[in-house]
Amino acid sequence: MDLVVCVKRVPDTEAKVRVAADGRSIDAAGVQWIMAPYDEIAVEKALQLRDAAGGGTVTVVSVGPAETTKELRTALAMGADKAVLVTAPTGAGDASATAKALADAVRALPADLLLFGKQATDDDDAAVGPMVAALLDRPCVAFVTSIEVTGRVATVRREIDGEVEVLEVDLPAVLTAQKGLAEPRLPGLKGIMAAKKKPLDEKPLVATPAATETRSLTLPAGRGACRKVEPTREGIRGLLKALREERGVL
Amino acid sequence: MSRTDVLIVAETRGGQLKKGAYETATAGRKLADAWGGKVVAVVIGQGVTGAADALGNHGVDQVLAVDGPAFARHQAEATAAAVLAAVAKVSPRLVLFSASLAGKETAPAVAAKLGAAYVADATALALEGADLVATKPRLAGKAIAKVAVKAEVAVVSVRPNVVTPVAAPRAATSEPLSVAVPAVRIRCKDVVAPTAKELELTEADVIVSGGRGMQAADHWKLVLDAADALGAAHGASRAVVDAGWRPHKEQVGQTGKTVSPKLYVAVAISGAIQHLAGMSSSKVIVAINKDGDAPIFGVADFGIVGDAFAVLPLLAEEARAFLKK
Repeated sequence: MDLVVCVKRVPDTEAKVRVAADGRSIDAAGVQWIMAPYDEIAVEKALQLRDAAGGGTVTVVSVGPAETTKELRTALAMGADKAVLVTAPTGAGDASATAKALADAVRALPADLLLFGKQATDDDDAAVGPMVAALLDRPCVAFVTSIEVTGRVATVRREIDGEVEVLEVDLPAVLTAQKGLAEPRLPGLKGIMAAKKKPLDEKPLVATPAATETRSLTLPAGRGACRKVEPTREGIRGLLKALREERGVL
Repeated sequence: MSRTDVLIVAETRGGQLKKGAYETATAGRKLADAWGGKVVAVVIGQGVTGAADALGNHGVDQVLAVDGPAFARHQAEATAAAVLAAVAKVSPRLVLFSASLAGKETAPAVAAKLGAAYVADATALALEGADLVATKPRLAGKAIAKVAVKAEVAVVSVRPNVVTPVAAPRAATSEPLSVAVPAVRIRCKDVVAPTAKELELTEADVIVSGGRGMQAADHWKLVLDAADALGAAHGASRAVVDAGWRPHKEQVGQTGKTVSPKLYVAVAISGAIQHLAGMSSSKVIVAINKDGDAPIFGVADFGIVGDAFAVLPLLAEEARAFLKK
């Protein structure tokens, strides 16, 4: 079974965010970069599906700066077979531009299943997976928590509106990974050594005109002072009254 | 001639309009007024009745009803086909979705098919000169972006619970819209209902979340009882989910759900950056923690420094008495 996983290099989720001097992007100074956590889950699941099928390939693809080779080597060390990096400056394009670049890169690759993380934890768009599916005319199910493949059909589960849906999807298909789908492995020393010799192709992005433009990026406004409430019955009565009468939220 | 109309995608469930339909109607009305256009709603479902009246009350001029068994449950390809058929009929400048799971799954596909601009999970929409500019949180709310649309047509999903529906009554017309259902490649085989009636976190008005300070899964009944007393949905921090005390679907934070309820009560949660990212856009935040120096108090509007095991039962009891009034 052949699988392709699209991943993105993003700031560590524990990173504190500062705005860069351009007022439109985050200040990269001192930021640790990682493979987006949901993408890592998708890579793990792809490896499991390949191995369960008794063979095939897992190809990891990313659009990002040259430094993204680090995240791609991590995926190779986990056990992926090869990687493709479409080099582009950080934050060069929006979701639509990224989806076009990925669709172009993926079109030529063998892929019974194309996996994405449900969203990259920087832009939080949750858009690129469904967009690539639309561009390649493949069915897409987002936010899946399990995948089983039998023949040319994948059976997936996902939570929607408080229910769990069990869906059958015809392959080739696009799925996006929700937490719970798989627990990413840590690459071992052997994997890290092997990854150095695995193919990693780099090619430059063919830029397309942007459909959106980020005008500004700001930090959220701070809140007013925290009002202290005593941990007593009277304190809590006062709190409930304030929540209703002053803030209108109860 | 430039485009002026707004198309809203009105989601339904079990024949009823979802709350997000009214939110998108209100957001769409404001822009259509500025452009001198109309608001058209495509209502997708089966056996949906009364949509024209209900949406007309919220500023919708025209309803296109896509009705049939293929649309009874959201299925991405059928939903996208319905929206694209409505777009072909209306030629809107803006297509608004609610950023529910179905909306997040369908909106990008529609944008890609149309070659339109896409902005996900917007919390506000405004005009700056001739440009449509969306406000959208990034990094789970650690930063807020303003994103201008540079294309002729925009698709935007609007974060649930952020727009307050406003009455703008008019008599909406309604007509059926027939849609050629694409070859079915996604089939729903089963739906497992939750064991208890649960509120969807991202759409809840009030959320009570518990953290590691609750010490054990067994103590969760205190959190659940306080949530029940407040008519609230219940959430959890990442530490709690990682410990296996609660399922991942309840996790609030950067690797869980991002929520914007009217009221967020954080119980025994210290306030790690990745948790704050997921809830700091809540309208009002109440923190209960025995450590007065916990970072959660830095984002809270009201803080109770005290033992959750003592405070939660009091809160539950007082909330029940208070909300009965």
